[in-house]
Amino acid sequence: MISTAHRLVNLEDLHQAMRQGRDLLYPSEPKIMIGTATCGLAADAEEVLHAVREEVANSKLPYQVTETGCIGWCSQEPLLDICIPGRPRVTYGRMKPGRAREIVRAIPEVKREWALAMMPGDENTLNGAHVNYCVPHNGHMDGLTAYKDLPLFKRQLRIVLRNCGIINPDNLEEYIARGGYHALWHALRKHTPEEILNEVKRSGLRGRGGAGFPTGVKWQAVRDAQGEPKYVICNADEGDPGAYMDRGVLEGDPHSVLEGMTIGGYAMGAHEGIIYVREEYPLAVMRMKQAIRQAQDAGLLGQSIFDSGFSFEIRVVKGAGAFVCGEETALIRSIEGKVGEPQQRPPYPAQHGLWGKPTCINNVETWANIAVIVQRGGDWFSQIGTAKSKGTKVFSLVGNIENTALIEVPMGTTLAEIVYEIGGGVPNGRACKAVQTGGPSGGCIPADKFDLPVDYDSLNQAGSIMGSGGMIVMDDHTCMVDIAKYFLEFLEDESCGKCFTCRVGTQRLKEIVTRISQGEGKEEDLDLLQDLSWLVREGSLCGLGQTAPNPVLSTLRYFRSEYLAHIRDRRCPAHRCRELITFAIDPVLCNGCGACVQICSGKAILGEKKKPHIITQAQCTKCGACLEMCKFDAVLVH
Amino acid sequence: MVHITMNGLAVEAECGSSLLEVARFYNFPIPTLCHEDGLNSYGACRLCLVEIGEGPKSKLVAACGYRVEEGMKVRTNSMRVQRARRLLLELYVATCPQSKRIQDLASEYGVRQCRYQPVDGQPGAPWDPKANCIQCGLCVRICAEQMMAGAIGFSGRGKSRHVARPFGMTSEQCRQCGACLYACPVCELRCQASTAESLLCNGCLNFSPVCFQSYSDAMCFLEPCHTCELSGPFRHEVGIKVHALHDAGQKVAPSTGELK
Repeated sequence: MISTAHRLVNLEDLHQAMRQGRDLLYPSEPKIMIGTATCGLAADAEEVLHAVREEVANSKLPYQVTETGCIGWCSQEPLLDICIPGRPRVTYGRMKPGRAREIVRAIPEVKREWALAMMPGDENTLNGAHVNYCVPHNGHMDGLTAYKDLPLFKRQLRIVLRNCGIINPDNLEEYIARGGYHALWHALRKHTPEEILNEVKRSGLRGRGGAGFPTGVKWQAVRDAQGEPKYVICNADEGDPGAYMDRGVLEGDPHSVLEGMTIGGYAMGAHEGIIYVREEYPLAVMRMKQAIRQAQDAGLLGQSIFDSGFSFEIRVVKGAGAFVCGEETALIRSIEGKVGEPQQRPPYPAQHGLWGKPTCINNVETWANIAVIVQRGGDWFSQIGTAKSKGTKVFSLVGNIENTALIEVPMGTTLAEIVYEIGGGVPNGRACKAVQTGGPSGGCIPADKFDLPVDYDSLNQAGSIMGSGGMIVMDDHTCMVDIAKYFLEFLEDESCGKCFTCRVGTQRLKEIVTRISQGEGKEEDLDLLQDLSWLVREGSLCGLGQTAPNPVLSTLRYFRSEYLAHIRDRRCPAHRCRELITFAIDPVLCNGCGACVQICSGKAILGEKKKPHIITQAQCTKCGACLEMCKFDAVLVH
Repeated sequence: MVHITMNGLAVEAECGSSLLEVARFYNFPIPTLCHEDGLNSYGACRLCLVEIGEGPKSKLVAACGYRVEEGMKVRTNSMRVQRARRLLLELYVATCPQSKRIQDLASEYGVRQCRYQPVDGQPGAPWDPKANCIQCGLCVRICAEQMMAGAIGFSGRGKSRHVARPFGMTSEQCRQCGACLYACPVCELRCQASTAESLLCNGCLNFSPVCFQSYSDAMCFLEPCHTCELSGPFRHEVGIKVHALHDAGQKVAPSTGELK
C-alpha cells in the first residue's frame, strides 16, 4: 500500500510504483490467484480462498495468495490460477477446497489434473506490451491449451477487460504496473484539454450504455456549456436481467474507471465526479470506495494531480436499485435526492444536469475505454470495429449456452461467432432458437439472422438494440410468448409510472400477452398488440418507455407463427405455457422406478413400484419436474 | 422571440414558452388531462403529443413540457398525432370509463371502440379510486405548488404507483382545503359541480354507500370529506335519514344542501 508519504507527483514516482507493482504481479515466488468477483463468490470462491490461505500458512512456504477479478470464464467458477516463475500461468476450474489444497501441496510441480488452460504470457492492450511468463515452448504443460487458442478467448480483444482476472483489484500498484495512470499523466502534463477531446472524437467511441451517442460530441457539449461547476458521472446502475458487464469492470479493475473519469474531468473542465452504483452490488461499491481512497492517498485524485494544477474528486453514490434510474435524467434526480423519474429532454444534462449544472454521464464501459484511447491514440482505437461503431463491446453471454461468460469482442463480430464459437453453442444437443440482446429494452433475434454483425445500427435495424450488453441465448424449448410475458412483467414493475403510456401500456401489453399464453387470445389481439406497442414507443417520455415494446414487437415480427399457434390451436409449440400443456406417462416406457413420485411436489403421480405410473391431472401443477427427472423418456407433454 | 412553423404557419413565440402555450395562443386545439395553468408542466398524460421535426427524424413529444426552439417545425394534428391520440383515449376510456371528461374527449377525437377489458372487469362497476386514477398528478401538484402544503404525493413505482398520504395518514400539512378534489379531472362524477354558489353538490349522496362511510378507501384525502365537512349539521342530523332513503332504494336529488 502506498502511504501518503508516497504521493505520485512525477513520472519517476509512477515508474517506481510500476516496479513495486511488477514485483507483486510477477513475484519471484509461486503465486496463487483466486477469482473473487461476485460470480466467483457465488460459486463458493471464498471457501477455496480460505482453504488455500490455510494450506499456505500451514506449509510455511513463501507462496503468495491474491484475489483477482473475473476473467470472464463464468461457467468454470470458482477459478484458481497458479503462477510459478518461469512457467506458464495455469488455470483450474470448478475448484473445491479439497482440490485446491492438493494443487497447493503439489507446488512447485504443476498439477495437470483439473487444469483448464494455460497462459504463457499476457498481452496488454493499454500499451501493447507483452510479458512472457515462460520461455516459449519450454515443454511445461505441453498439450494444455493456451488461452489464446481457446474458442472462448480466441476472438476476444480485451480493452475494457484488460486487467480483469490479471491484477488484484485491491492493489493500486498492480494497476500501475500494467500501464495504469500513465494515460492520466500524459493527459495532464503533455496535452491540453482540447487535444484530449479531439483524441476521443477521433476514436469514434460511442456511449456503451445502450443508445450509442458519440462520446466526443457529448464531451464537447459539456465543455462548451455555460455554468460552473461541471460534473462527470459514471452510470453504474446496471439492471438488465442477465447483464453484469459493469459489475465485472467495477469489481475487477476499479482504477480504470477512476482514471477515465479523471481524464474526462480534465477534458471537460469538471472537478467533481460521481459514480452512481446500485446498492445490490456491495462488492463493487466496496472496491470502488477503496480504489478512491487509494487514489486519493497516492495523489491521483485530489488537489493538483501530478502537480498539474488540475484538481479532481470522485465519490460514490448508491442507488436503491430502480431500473429506471439508469436513465440519465432519472439518475440525476436520484442523486439529488428526489424521486427517480425521467424528465423531458431538452434541456439535456450536458446543459442542465445535476443541480442544474452541465453534466456528462457515461457508462462504466465508456469510461474504462478512455485511458486506452489517450494512451494509444484515437486513430489506433478507430481501426477496431466497423465503419460506424468503433472499438470493442463487452457482453455477458448467458442463458442456454455452453460457455456462460463475460466476453469482449470487436464491434462487427457476428452473432453466430459469438453464440457458436465463443459461447460453444447450446448445451444438451438442442438447437439455438434466438438471442435477446439489450435486455428488456432489446429484442429477440432469431437464429436464422445470426450472420448479423453486432454493432449499434445493425441491431437497431433488426428490431433490437445494443443495450448495455446482456446477451441471453435461448434454445428451442423456449416459448417466445412466454419470453415476451417475462420481459413485460419486468417492465411493468420497473416503469417509473409517470407516463400514462408506459405505466398503463406495459400493464395492458402484459395482460394481452398473458391472455394469449393462456390460450384465451383472439387473432385481433395481435393487431391490438401492434397498435399499443406503437403508442407506447411513440408516446413515452424516456428511453425505458420508448423501448419497452421491443420484446413484443421483435417476437411478433420473427415468431408470429408461435403466437398464432397459441391463439388458433390453443397449443404452445415449446411446451412452456402451463395452461396449454398436459403431462402424461407413457405406460409402455414407464418402468415404475418411482423417481417422478419422489420429485412431484403436488403429489399428482400415483402408482406402485415397478408398474406404470399415472398422473392425476387435477393435482398436477405442470411444473415439469417429472419430465426433467425421468431417465426413460416416459413422461410426455402435449 | 423565436420563429417557428406550426402546422405550416410561420408564427412567433416568446422565448422559453412551451409548445402547448404557443399552440393555444394561436388557437390550435390540443387536448390535455394533466395540464393546468399555474402549475408546473408534468408531461404524464401524454395527450398533448405533437409531432416535431421532419422526415425520419420527426418524433412525438409532449407539448406541455417542450420549449420552443428557433426554426422548429411543429404539427399539432398530423396523422401520427391523431393516431396516437385515438389510441391513448382508447386506453384512457378503459382505465376510467366513469369519467365524463374522458368520455367527451373520446367522442370528440373519434374513438369508436374500446378493445380493452375495463379495469374492474365489469361494465358499470362502482368507481374504484385506485384502479381508475389516471395519475395525472394534478392533485399532488396543486397541493404542493398552489397550497404550499405537499400533503400528498406519489408512492410506489410502476404498476403499484399511486397517490397517497404520508404513511397513509392525513399529515399536519393538510389544511383540508379540498384543492385536490377540485383539481381532479376524472372524478367529476363523484363530486359534481362544487361551484362557489352551491358548494354542496350532494352528488355523493347518490352513491351507495354514502361517501362519508367509505371515504377511507375512496381517493379523497380529506378527513372527513369536503362535502360532509361543510354540511356538518346535515351530516349528523340528516345522515340517518339519508341512510334510510338509501335503504329504501330512493335517490337523493343533487341540490344546494337544503335537505333540512
